[in-house]
Amino acid sequence: MSVLPLIELQEITKIFGNGAAAFQALKGIDLTIEAGDFVAVMGPSGSGKSTTMNILGCLDVPTSGVFRFRGVEVQALDRDQRSLLRRRYLGFVFQGFNLLARTTALENVELPLVYRGEKKAVRRAAAMNALDQVGLAPWAGHSPAELSGGQQQRVAIARALVTQPDVLLADEPTGNLDTERSIEIMELLTRLNATGITILMVTHEAEMAAFARTIVHFRDGLVNRIERGVRAAERSIA
Amino acid sequence: MFGTTLLISLREIRRHLLRSFLTTLGIIIGVAAVITMVTLGRGVTASISEEISSLGSNVFIIFPVTVDQRAPAPFDAADVEAVRNQIAGVTRAAGSVNSSATAFYNGQYWQTGVQGANSDFLTAQSIELVEGRPFTPQEEIAGRNLCLIGPKVREAIFVPGVTPLGEQLRLNSVVCTVIGVLEERGSAGGGGQDPDDVVIMPLKTVQRRFTGSDDIQYFVVKYEAAYDSGLIQASLIDLLRERRLLQPGRDNDFNIIDTAQVNDAVSAATGALTAMVAAIAAISLLVGGIGIMNIMLVSVTERTREIGIRLAIGALAREVQLQFLTEAVVLCCFGGLIGIGFALLLSTGLAGLLDVPFVFDPTINVLSFLFSAVLGILFGYYPARRASKLDPIEALRHE
Repeated sequence: MSVLPLIELQEITKIFGNGAAAFQALKGIDLTIEAGDFVAVMGPSGSGKSTTMNILGCLDVPTSGVFRFRGVEVQALDRDQRSLLRRRYLGFVFQGFNLLARTTALENVELPLVYRGEKKAVRRAAAMNALDQVGLAPWAGHSPAELSGGQQQRVAIARALVTQPDVLLADEPTGNLDTERSIEIMELLTRLNATGITILMVTHEAEMAAFARTIVHFRDGLVNRIERGVRAAERSIA
Repeated sequence: MFGTTLLISLREIRRHLLRSFLTTLGIIIGVAAVITMVTLGRGVTASISEEISSLGSNVFIIFPVTVDQRAPAPFDAADVEAVRNQIAGVTRAAGSVNSSATAFYNGQYWQTGVQGANSDFLTAQSIELVEGRPFTPQEEIAGRNLCLIGPKVREAIFVPGVTPLGEQLRLNSVVCTVIGVLEERGSAGGGGQDPDDVVIMPLKTVQRRFTGSDDIQYFVVKYEAAYDSGLIQASLIDLLRERRLLQPGRDNDFNIIDTAQVNDAVSAATGALTAMVAAIAAISLLVGGIGIMNIMLVSVTERTREIGIRLAIGALAREVQLQFLTEAVVLCCFGGLIGIGFALLLSTGLAGLLDVPFVFDPTINVLSFLFSAVLGILFGYYPARRASKLDPIEALRHE
């Protein structure tokens, strides 16, 4: 059915700074991601994986090259157009959870819908539904400070989910969690992926990357190696 | 969207209640100061105007003054007569003398002013009676021992609820019959005789029994409104100089007060003073606005991460800007409202303390409120703009 891949990167470069201080973070990335995939991006610090994620998240634009999202050339869009793209199609999960302090879990999850201009009753229902999906409905009225790290990350995932995005971008989602919580989060992401959401995740833990279907290895601003369909094998061994 | 933005702002303000209050304190003080100053100014003007208008309108008051350390000649009945008969436009001229005495009634006594004045004088000064009747011309000519009492005298020594008319009042050694009670004219805050604390007797009676001469201390001249007050004043000066045998080049040894002119002059003076004090107060409002800008800038820096989150989940730059702008405006509006509340308390309190009427002026209240809202927009714009310009990646990385 889908003729176009969901995401297409062609010859993407990114240079920070200019003149003698210029630093080339990406040296020509070619990557295609199909809808419904679960991609783990791995690589050492400075290999360009975060820069790539920022570009994929429409938070940043490449210096050169073409980034097509659902066939739309994102590098040609302006700031507000990219904001609208994020609002409509993308959900973000961060290493540091990034919930609004002194705001209840429910209000945090509602936030993206506020910018979508949804009515209060619709927001409430959708947010409760999303919290329920991550198993936190009973904690709806609690503020982040009253929740554990794992719970906070699940609230963040609910916030990313609430708009029913095409793609969920997770930047080191388990970086601040212990192994047990990490596995819980990965299982949650796997379940979400099974419902059809494409997941892009940056991680440097092989154990977490093993949950993905595709693992993209970065090195020195280039894609070094792509492993496809690894998950089933490794999961069955574990 | 705007309702939600407003809600977010209110939530943000509630989250930092103390800081929000301290931030708006500048606005609160500024608004309170401006409104209080203007309200008190209006009150002072109103009280002075009332005092002046209690002297009657289209009225000159003429009294002798000392020039070159020479005691001036007093006026007499002939001067009053001449003014009344010889100057066109003058409808009334009536002299008066003031003295003081202790009033005795039924074992009570009260120190009060005694004024000698005929019906003409009462009419010229628009002095009304609440009970009884004025003197008749016969009584005035005869110099009968009759009196009209001021409301304060009545309150001080007469029985409440029982008419004092027909009662015998003794003033020092003079016994008089009360035939009327004056209406309350309001104690004029400034010095001088309290117009409510007085006993009025016919001019001739007071001249005979209290001052002991035919002199007149001052007289009032009422003229028709259709005449030009300047022309009448000029004729008065000519006539009085002639009667007082003043050589050309010598200063007038009398003074003519035009109540309308005094009113204008006083209004202008208090108006200018009020404007000046209010302008100084407005500076504090401006300083308050700068305080808002300062704290909004701090707030933007402090909430950089939050802004990053909002941008990442799809907030547009203008939505972030609107949020911070709304916050500043809401803060300022709260400051304005609290300021108006304070001003109300402060100006009623001070008005009572300074014995000035409290004159509520809706215009200045609305203006101050709007001004504080405008301050919110002016001083909230830059911080809000800064927030909206943040790079989401940098903002999310901010610790």
